[in-house]
Amino acid sequence: MITLQFVPYTEMEGLSQAKRLRKILSLVKEEKIVLMEGRLKSPDDADLIKEAMQEIDEKFKGIEIAEVNPEHGENTPFFAKVKGNFVNMLIGDRAGMTIIGPATVIKEIKKDPNKIQLFASDANGKKKRR
Amino acid sequence: MISVFRRFVNKVFRDLFNRKGELKIGLYGPPNGGKTTLANRISQDWLGEDVGSVSNMAHETRAIQQKEEIHVKRGKKELTFNLVDTPGIATKIDYEDFVKSGMKVQEAKKRAKEATKGVVDAIKWLDEMDVVIVVLDASIDPFSQVNITIIGNLQARNIPVLLVANKVDLKKASVKKVQAAFPQYEVVGISAKMGKHMDKFYESLFAVAG
Repeated sequence: MITLQFVPYTEMEGLSQAKRLRKILSLVKEEKIVLMEGRLKSPDDADLIKEAMQEIDEKFKGIEIAEVNPEHGENTPFFAKVKGNFVNMLIGDRAGMTIIGPATVIKEIKKDPNKIQLFASDANGKKKRR
Repeated sequence: MISVFRRFVNKVFRDLFNRKGELKIGLYGPPNGGKTTLANRISQDWLGEDVGSVSNMAHETRAIQQKEEIHVKRGKKELTFNLVDTPGIATKIDYEDFVKSGMKVQEAKKRAKEATKGVVDAIKWLDEMDVVIVVLDASIDPFSQVNITIIGNLQARNIPVLLVANKVDLKKASVKKVQAAFPQYEVVGISAKMGKHMDKFYESLFAVAG
């Protein structure tokens, strides 16, 4: 069984970087797939990878991560991008969504700018599209 | 915020004591993109020696490797730099993948442990770089989060980037796809293994780092 947990932006915005990353990793290590409102900023994303690497052992193999940023697609009109940047300035990186899950559960995430395909492993270790 | 401040202090000190040859150019990218192959190509072209060993198995480079004082000449232009080859950045490392490739369990576990440390070190070294060459395998999907994270972090640190679409000798390679994924950068398509389009590569390197 796959467990998805939605984490709203408001739950993360007041936390320090260390607490934000700890929260994400704790959920992922409970074998949950985190659907986070908004996107991780730099260097939070690189630091999340760094933290995940430091915790790899025989049970925890790391993470799979992908984000969707609907305002910055390849074919997004110029004014939509400007509008998106303006909204981000006002409310932070709230637009879009980030998916983070354990590498043992998510086998692969395929994405283009506006679409994500998540391949989870079934009980037999085979890939299944979600 | 702290890393921006640290980078600013590093830059001030570097500028104060800047000497010829202190420019650090880093090779970054996901595993198996061809970073060490490109490092070897550059080092062979100008020093006549290799930087490190290459392999088809991921995470062959698990520690930072450096070649100092590489002196590149193009006409009247000259560029001296230290080349830093970094381990591939990944979000997951499973020793069982190495076992599947024929490695013994103990050896695979050791390789996985070294590889995780290599990723941490590569990320830590980002702040030390003056210019970064991001090496991507042009034959695979460029829209991976690792690629986006590397490039986003370089942008956030204001580090100049040269984006290389490597392995253009492969049938599936598409420089256009890499360019479409990162339209803010000019992409140079090369084959580091075959030495293809290296002239164009050095021209772009001068444009970014010169």
